[in-house]
Amino acid sequence: MRLDILNNGYGAGTKLLFAVIRLFSRHPVPDAAKLVFYRPDFYGDRAKEFTHEAMRGPSDWSVGDRELMAAYVSKVNDTAFCIAAHTATASQAYQDGAKVEAVLTDLESAPIEEPLRATLRMLGKLTAEGKVSAEDMRDVLAAGVSAQQVADALAVCAAFNTTDRLADAFGFEVLSPEGFEAGAKYLLKRGYH
Amino acid sequence: MPADDKKRAAQRDLVDRVLNGEGTASVRQRTQAFGNEGLAPPLDALVGKVAMRPAQITEADFAAAKAAGFSEDQLFELVVCAAVGQSTRLYEAGLAALSEATGDGRPGNAA
Repeated sequence: MRLDILNNGYGAGTKLLFAVIRLFSRHPVPDAAKLVFYRPDFYGDRAKEFTHEAMRGPSDWSVGDRELMAAYVSKVNDTAFCIAAHTATASQAYQDGAKVEAVLTDLESAPIEEPLRATLRMLGKLTAEGKVSAEDMRDVLAAGVSAQQVADALAVCAAFNTTDRLADAFGFEVLSPEGFEAGAKYLLKRGYH
Repeated sequence: MPADDKKRAAQRDLVDRVLNGEGTASVRQRTQAFGNEGLAPPLDALVGKVAMRPAQITEADFAAAKAAGFSEDQLFELVVCAAVGQSTRLYEAGLAALSEATGDGRPGNAA
């Protein structure tokens, strides 16, 4: 990563934890995980809490839907690490990698339900343009999405617009496909906190 | 408490911590990074890219900020503030549009 402290600035306990993770996962510790262990009282602890709540807390969206939103927002931001990480996680959650690839290739023709498509379209516009109108929201609601689901999707969008920026700024190293698959398995088993 | 309030509350906790908690960068600098406004060169370039064009950040942006006297811990904090700031603006813009669309000011109520 671009700051030495994010590569080397960890205490003995955290270094030991990283060694255990490497041993059991047989993969390097992902930079996304390292980041939240650096001075966790400043960013990591609360970031994990918010991200977990958005991705795994109560919602009418499935875990797969929310992982797909994370992948889609990351695609709009063009953040390689997060696209790969959440493509792998959404694909495992749905047990359907083709569906995830179709959404990331062309949202409008992808084989998904209209409420999810309308929501992803809105999240993409908000992420790319920095704004959405009440009219845009009415379109989403008219597609059959509840106001609560829109709010839940906006939380996912906020979490990943933060993570994408940090991945790009600090230069997260892209893992091997096997590394991303292992990370996805962990995120589905344990979540983000 | 509706689920959306819990999500929003967790995000607010994060914002409050990075802006007002203990840090190596001053509260003023962190607030400026969060808002992407008022910072002097070369920090304004790094923070501006984090907020608006993160894919264009290079080693040179960090090198310039370090040469201007910022420590790695200060840059860690200021980059985090910039990222959280931009995503907070997106979150709030989305919730405001939703609130306007539902007309009740409380998105959870229409669910």
